[in-house]
Amino acid sequence: MTAVLQHPGYEEERLQRVTEQLPCREPQARMLLSLMGQPRQYSYPSMFIYGHRASGKSHVMYVLLKELELPHATVSCVECVSVALLFEQVLLSFFGRDAASLLPRCPYLSDFVRIYRQHSSQCPAKQTRYIVMEKAELLRDTDANLLPALLRLQELVEDNVTVILLSEIVWDQFRPNTGCFEPLLLHFPDYSKGELQQILSQDRHPSYSAEFYSSYINILLGVFYSVCRDLRELRHLCSLAFSLMLCLMSSVKETDTHKLWRNIEPHLKKAMQTVYLREVSSLQWEQLQQMEENECGAMRGLSAHTHVELPYYSKFLLIAAYLASYNPARTDKRFFLKHHGKIRKTNFLKKNEKTSNHLLGPKPFPLDRLLAIFYSVVDSRVAPTASIFSQISSLVTLQLLTRVSHDDQLDAPKYKCAVSMDFICAISRTVNFEIVKYLYDFL
Amino acid sequence: SKKRKAASLEDHFTHGCEGADNSQIRFKLCQALWDKIKADTEVLQDELYRKILDSLLDFTRKCSSTRRHSDWASQMRASEIPTAALVLGVNVPDHDMTFQSLSELLQQSVTPFVASVQAKECAALKHLMKRVLERIMGTVVDVDDEDEEDVEQTSAQLHKSVHCSLSTLCDWYSSKTKKSSTGTPGKRRSSPVKDDPQHPPVVIIFKDLEAFSPKVLQDFILICSRYIGRLPLMFIFGIATSPSTIQHMLPHSVSSLLCIELFQSLSCTQHLATVIDKLILTHQFPFKLNSKVMQVLISIFLFHDFSVRNFIKGIQVQSGSYMSPRSVCCAVRRRRLCICHPSREKQEAQDQVNLLTNDAHLKVLCQKLVKHLCKYHKNYNPVLRCLHTLSSNLPRYPLGKQLRELHFICLEKNVWESEEYHTAMKLLKVQSKDELIASLQRCVDILQLVKSKKMKKALVQLKELLAKFMQLDAPPSTEDCVTSRVRNLQKKTDLFQLQKTLLEMNESRRAKKLSPFESLRNETLEFIDGLVKTHLSPPESHPLYEVCYYSSSTTVRRHLNATPRTSIQAALSCPYYYLQNESLKTEDGTVSNAAPDICIAYKLHLECGRLINLYDWLEAYATVVSAAEANNPDSTDFGKVEEVKHARFIQAVSELEFLGFIKSTKQKTDHVARLTWGGC
Repeated sequence: MTAVLQHPGYEEERLQRVTEQLPCREPQARMLLSLMGQPRQYSYPSMFIYGHRASGKSHVMYVLLKELELPHATVSCVECVSVALLFEQVLLSFFGRDAASLLPRCPYLSDFVRIYRQHSSQCPAKQTRYIVMEKAELLRDTDANLLPALLRLQELVEDNVTVILLSEIVWDQFRPNTGCFEPLLLHFPDYSKGELQQILSQDRHPSYSAEFYSSYINILLGVFYSVCRDLRELRHLCSLAFSLMLCLMSSVKETDTHKLWRNIEPHLKKAMQTVYLREVSSLQWEQLQQMEENECGAMRGLSAHTHVELPYYSKFLLIAAYLASYNPARTDKRFFLKHHGKIRKTNFLKKNEKTSNHLLGPKPFPLDRLLAIFYSVVDSRVAPTASIFSQISSLVTLQLLTRVSHDDQLDAPKYKCAVSMDFICAISRTVNFEIVKYLYDFL
Repeated sequence: SKKRKAASLEDHFTHGCEGADNSQIRFKLCQALWDKIKADTEVLQDELYRKILDSLLDFTRKCSSTRRHSDWASQMRASEIPTAALVLGVNVPDHDMTFQSLSELLQQSVTPFVASVQAKECAALKHLMKRVLERIMGTVVDVDDEDEEDVEQTSAQLHKSVHCSLSTLCDWYSSKTKKSSTGTPGKRRSSPVKDDPQHPPVVIIFKDLEAFSPKVLQDFILICSRYIGRLPLMFIFGIATSPSTIQHMLPHSVSSLLCIELFQSLSCTQHLATVIDKLILTHQFPFKLNSKVMQVLISIFLFHDFSVRNFIKGIQVQSGSYMSPRSVCCAVRRRRLCICHPSREKQEAQDQVNLLTNDAHLKVLCQKLVKHLCKYHKNYNPVLRCLHTLSSNLPRYPLGKQLRELHFICLEKNVWESEEYHTAMKLLKVQSKDELIASLQRCVDILQLVKSKKMKKALVQLKELLAKFMQLDAPPSTEDCVTSRVRNLQKKTDLFQLQKTLLEMNESRRAKKLSPFESLRNETLEFIDGLVKTHLSPPESHPLYEVCYYSSSTTVRRHLNATPRTSIQAALSCPYYYLQNESLKTEDGTVSNAAPDICIAYKLHLECGRLINLYDWLEAYATVVSAAEANNPDSTDFGKVEEVKHARFIQAVSELEFLGFIKSTKQKTDHVARLTWGGC
């Protein structure tokens, strides 16, 4: 264990608790503590902490502020659909409901600052107040003045307040064109393998020994570390695979790690394909483990269900849309006219068409082209009924087609086909239509 | 207003027919019949969806109970939001009813906090948030209306907090649950929440997941996961296409916050098969469809929408027009009908005269015939089912995979004369004993439920046959001689001898006596054939079938499968069809010069190519219109474009543009482009 955090101004006991709760993050915590200084001292106006997902940013901040009982407001920027919500939450946690209710319906930054000053003059900060903004990258999409103002909020409100921004991306991506106050940058590096093991070993199953659990974690990391370093994801996997291991363990003694390893490894590798991708939910996975070995094949992941049943004409509409998206319009004559004459592909090609259309992705096409192709591929005569047109719009709602033109444009709307080659092949097989024969790329 | 509506419906129904009393009775009968059909289908659909709804309810209960468990595994999982992915198929119109009953069931047995949201009302995150909050808080206000204060308080609170966030919901939830747990249980009128009344889950149903904007959904899930510790949230995703859409919409960082379980509902074709089975192939409802009408409905279903609800609506439309006093069914009173029928032609002249003159005789006969028809239906359905059980496991399904296909064949013609029936019979004649016995057993099960006399007789016979099959011992070995000969064959090497023995063997096989099993099989099949011939004749061969069968397929097509473009073209090319003005009546293909301007302009534009010169068009139009004004063709004014004509022409052209026949083009300034092709 590393040394206990120490800093004047805080109780030893509390710092001790903080240390216990922050394994593998002592250097960062120590740095933060020294930046924050003693509670009554003014702190740096704004800090910017960045690091990958699940590298302990929020956790460190939360534990520090909570255990040291510092006044703080934690706001997640995802939640703040409007700035009003942000202001409200900050005022609510610093000054209570009265202050928050003073905000007008659509508050400006100046309203916030005004109310803040008003209240902070009544009860000035005895300790530094902290505002923690999670997912701060979303602040870039809000009003242009918000981020610069938050960075120097201390000056604006003339109070001992520090804004801490937590983000997954680096500060360079934030800096506005007009320039702003530079916050202190602090990087949280990824956990190493050893650190991961140390952290994961902490939430051991109460009825098993710590050594046993940590050897289990060791095995698990051996399999998954190469594909996943996300602590959250690993923790999820740990909890799932543990129950699996308990089933297998009946024959093996707790101490015999080698045998355990041999038994569990193939199962973990299998889990990598389903559980890691969340193809199978954790509940289902547990049920699966309780079932017999041979039944395991019956459980299919989410992506295994790709088959979509469609009405007959919808299938043809989708096929027509696919053809219209991936064939150049000039080639329609060749595919859908009876006496098209011989057109050699080599002469026919334009220079830019030499690349495969499938590599370039679907192209937009107008409605009348779609219908013209539809009428020539469908084998029976179809009346142009209202339900044909409504099928097109329902294909759009099902996201099999996407509408390219604006919703307001009523005449000649344009669409794109949004399904994959495999999908359309499966569909055309059900209606005995050889789509490959009609695709320009496969001529 | 509902009453008035019903009254007006009745007026419409009885409008234009002689006996008012009669028609009122008819109206009531019609409504009763329809109500019965509707109730039955609802019950049916409830049953169909019972299984999946029950499993969903179990899922919600399980989730809310595991959340409170403190064992290690569930604690590790506590941060996930339990999510049910409900795959319902592409028949989106049918989903409403499913979600309706789902949320009702949830509210009755699991939790009062259910909110269902649709994509079209949640374009942005704040809208989604608002809907969820409104519905969850609102429904609760509706559910226990015990104290008025509470209602006002919550509504006031909701109005006051302009920015609705999940934390508001959290506070509200904790206050709500705290209150209900402290409240005396005896005072509560109804406590539908069985398990854990303190912390029922908050269920949010996304009715159409595909239509939601991925961004909104992702943000919403992220926010919800922040509150999962304080608020027991649960999602239900309604998916129309395939579960892999979840992965398309949500990145891994978001979907890892969910614990998704898949629920697959039964396919809509199965659903339709059950509806047809219970609604159409039954003698309970006198209302029947003939083959063409059936065909129209089924093809709308298969080709266009996959929607069972629309199918039932189609039946409703027909039942209305079938029961109306102006329909064929009423024509029973016109005696001609009975006489015209082919099956009655053989009747003697005296009888026919009697029918024409004697009302009492007619009534007796009618009664007899209708009774006969009822019996026919009673026997038709079980025999149809029997034939289907026998033929449905034959290779390549000569008589169709589904019961409805067989039903079509039987409605159209004498099934026993069809090619398919013969192939089916041939295949049945070579079926193995086990298969045959199994399907016969199923036939017995079917017939056992029927109460008609003839069917009971058939059942007895079938049982006897089945018993004989059971008694059959292993067939005495007729193969012995053949095998011995084969053995002989192996010894000889002479080509001539070989040929001879082979021929002999062939002949002996042909002349071979039937084994007892084979003869019994033939006997059984003859019995089945007899049943088919007596009971599966098409309805048209029975007198008075018009009473029960609705046959106007064109009406149905027109009502259910609208063709807006054809109607517009019809209106433009023959305005008489809609305007009913004698002066507009013309020979085929031409338009009277007295027709509305747009019709004339339309007719003239049909003669042009892809680009239309506006000036030429105007001149042609002016000529036609001048002729209509009966100007002297020799006068100098004839065909001259004056201001009024010019204005009328411009109006007609812009109307055509509005209807989508032409549009302006940039290729030539004084031209318009045609958007349709073909014409004269």
